[in-house]
Amino acid sequence: MRMWIERHRNILDFTLSSLVRRKRKNAALVSVYTLIVFLLASVLLFTYALREEASILLKEAPEMIVQRLVAGRHDLIPVTYLERIEAIRGVSSVKERLWGYYYDPVVGANYTLMVAEDQDVAPGLIAVGEGVSRTRLASPGDTIEFRTYQGVTIELEIRKTFSSESGLVSSDLVLISEDDFRKVFGTPKEYATDLTVRVRNPKELPTIAMKVAEILPDTRQVLREELLRTYDAIFNWRGGILLAILFGAVLAFIIFAWDKASGLSVEEKREIGILKAIGWETSDIIRMKFWEGLVVSLSSFLMGILLAYIHVFFTSFMLFEPVLKGWAVLYPAFKITPFIDGAQVASLFFLTVVPYTVATIIPCWRAAIVDPDSVMR
Amino acid sequence: MRKSSVFFIYLFIQIVLLGSMFTHASYKQQTGLSHLQEKVNLVQRLGLTDLCLFTEASYTRHLSLADFHTAFQDSPMALEHFPSGSLVIRPPMDKKMYENVD
Amino acid sequence: MIELRDIRKVFNSGKPSEFSAVQGISLFIEAHKATVLKGPSGSGKTTLLSLIGCMARPTAGRIRLLHTEITSLPERFLTEIRRKTFGFIFQQFNLIKGITALENAMLPAYPLGEKFSSIKKRGLHLFELFNIAPKANSKAEWLSGGEAQRVTIARALMNNPSVIIADEPTAHLDTKLSLEFMEILGKLKEDGKTLLLASHDPLVYESRVVDRVVNLRDGRIEGAGE
Repeated sequence: MRMWIERHRNILDFTLSSLVRRKRKNAALVSVYTLIVFLLASVLLFTYALREEASILLKEAPEMIVQRLVAGRHDLIPVTYLERIEAIRGVSSVKERLWGYYYDPVVGANYTLMVAEDQDVAPGLIAVGEGVSRTRLASPGDTIEFRTYQGVTIELEIRKTFSSESGLVSSDLVLISEDDFRKVFGTPKEYATDLTVRVRNPKELPTIAMKVAEILPDTRQVLREELLRTYDAIFNWRGGILLAILFGAVLAFIIFAWDKASGLSVEEKREIGILKAIGWETSDIIRMKFWEGLVVSLSSFLMGILLAYIHVFFTSFMLFEPVLKGWAVLYPAFKITPFIDGAQVASLFFLTVVPYTVATIIPCWRAAIVDPDSVMR
Repeated sequence: MRKSSVFFIYLFIQIVLLGSMFTHASYKQQTGLSHLQEKVNLVQRLGLTDLCLFTEASYTRHLSLADFHTAFQDSPMALEHFPSGSLVIRPPMDKKMYENVD
Repeated sequence: MIELRDIRKVFNSGKPSEFSAVQGISLFIEAHKATVLKGPSGSGKTTLLSLIGCMARPTAGRIRLLHTEITSLPERFLTEIRRKTFGFIFQQFNLIKGITALENAMLPAYPLGEKFSSIKKRGLHLFELFNIAPKANSKAEWLSGGEAQRVTIARALMNNPSVIIADEPTAHLDTKLSLEFMEILGKLKEDGKTLLLASHDPLVYESRVVDRVVNLRDGRIEGAGE
C-alpha cells in the first residue's frame, strides 16, 4: 500500500516537472479550460437557483388567472364575469386585479403599476420596487410624475420602497391606489385587467377551468401549474444564449480532447522511449499520462466552479448583465438565494475531468507499448 | 518542497473551499428564509404570477400571461424583437386540458 | 553470467525490407569483467546489446541470465529483471530536457515505490562521486557533454544494477573525457559490476580496463580476442 502511494507520488512529481517545463503553454491551457468551466458553471448555477426560487415563490400564486381576449389581444375583463365565475361550484374566491405597464419617458423604463387589494396605499402615494427607486434615483419622500391617459401630469409621492432582497418579484413594481390607477390608465370602474381565482380543492381545478371556458368563451385561463412549468422551463437549453454557450463549451472540450487524442509529438514519443529504456513499464507511462490529464482538468474544474459561484451569488451574475438586460432600462439586481443542485455539480465534474483525462491517456497507449530498444537507434 | 506536495496542498485548499461553498449556500438558504418569506407574502398579497426578470416588453415581463399572440401586438415582426425574447420560451400549453372543450 | 545461444534477430520479417541484424551468435559474458563488442556500424552491436539488456526479444535462440532462461518471460517479468539487473548508458545521452540533472538521474527509481527523499539522497551521493554535485539542479540541456555523460552514468547506477551496458559511450566525448570515462568504468568494475560495451573507439577497446574484445561483422562474431 505504502509502495503504491509512493510510486504514484513519484510519478506525479515527474508529471508536474514535465508540465512546468512548458509553463506558458500549460498555463494557457489551464486558464482557457478554467474559463470554459467558469462560463458553463455560472450559467448552470444561475438558472438552477432561479428555477428553484421561482418554484418556491410561485407555489403561492393564484390557482387560476382569467384573462379576456379580444381579436387575439389581451383586453380588459368586465367585472360582471366575476360573479359568473363565483357561481361555479368549487370556487372559493374570485378577485379583480388591476395592473398595467407604464412607460416612463424620463428614464425610458417600463414599470408595472399595480393596485393592492388591501388598499395599503392611500391616494397620492405609491410604494415602489428598488429597481424603480434606483432607476429614477428616487427615495421615500420624493415624487414621480405620471402622465395620465388624458395627457394630465399627476405627481405621486413615494411612501416606501420594497427591500432589494425582494427584488426578484418587486423590482419594477409601483403599488398605487385604485383611484390613481384609474386616473392614469382610464380603466372604467366596470372593468379590471384580469381576475384571480382560488378554488377549494386543487384537484378540481382543470374541471373548473373548463367550466369557465364554457361559460366565458372569450376568456383564457392560466393555471398555476402552467406558471410553474413556465419558470421551470425558463432558460431552457433550447434558448438562444444557453445553446450558444453550451455549443461553445462543447466545441472547446472537443478541441482540447482532439489536441490530446490526436497523438503525441515526436518529442513526447522520444521521451516515452527513454523512460521505457531506463526501466519504466507501460503501466507507469499510463499512470503518468493519467496524472497529466487529471492535474489539468481537476484544477480547472475546481477553480472554474469556485469562481462561478462567486460570480453568480456574490456579483449577481455580473458578466451576463448585458445579455440579460437587453434593451431594458430597469434591470433588477439579481439577489438570488444560492440553491445548488449537487447532481449538476457532479455531472459537470464528470464532464470536465473524465473525458479529458481519458483523452490524455489514449494516444500514448501505442507509444507506451513500444519496445524500449527503439531509443537505442 | 516536493512538487507533488505543493499540488496536493493546492488541491486540498480547493476542496476545502468547495466544501465551504456548499456550506455557505445552505447557510444563506437558512438566513435567506425571511427574505424568501417576504417575497412569498408579496406574491400572495398581490396575486403575482411572474418574477421580475426582463422589463423590456410585456411578454418578457409577464411570461406566464403572455401567449403566442402577445408578441405580435407590439409589432408584426416582433416575435424575437427584444433581446431577452431569445432567452425565454413561450409558456408550455397543456393541450390535454383543453381536449374535451371542442 | 550471461549466456547467449544461437541468437538471431530479424527486422521487418516478411516484408521486402527484411534483414537480419544478428545471425546466429553464441556468446558467454563473464561476471565482474569488462567486455567490448567491437565492429563497424551495421555489425549488429547495438542490436546485441539491446537483446542482452532485455530491451528486445530475439527472433530465435536462447538467452540465460544467471542460469535463468529469460527469452520467453512475459513482458512484466522481463521489465522487472531489466530494472533490477541492468543500467544503460546510451550513445545519445538521452536525457529528458526541461528537468534538472538530478531529476533525470532519479527517474529509474520512481516507479519502484521508493521514498522520494531516499532516492534523492542516493542521487546526490552518486553526483558527488562523479564530481557533478554542483550541477544537480541545472536543467539537462545546459550541461556540457562530459557533465551529461556523467549524469547518464549516475542514472544507470540509480537502481544499483549488477550489469552496466554502454552503447558507444565515447561517441560525443573528446579524448580527455573519454579517458576519464574509462577510468570511472574501471572503478565500477572494482566495485563488482559487470561491464558490457559496444564501441569502435580504440580509446575504449584498447583500454586496460577492458578484459575481452568480441569482434562483430555483419551480425556474426569474427573471433575472440584478449
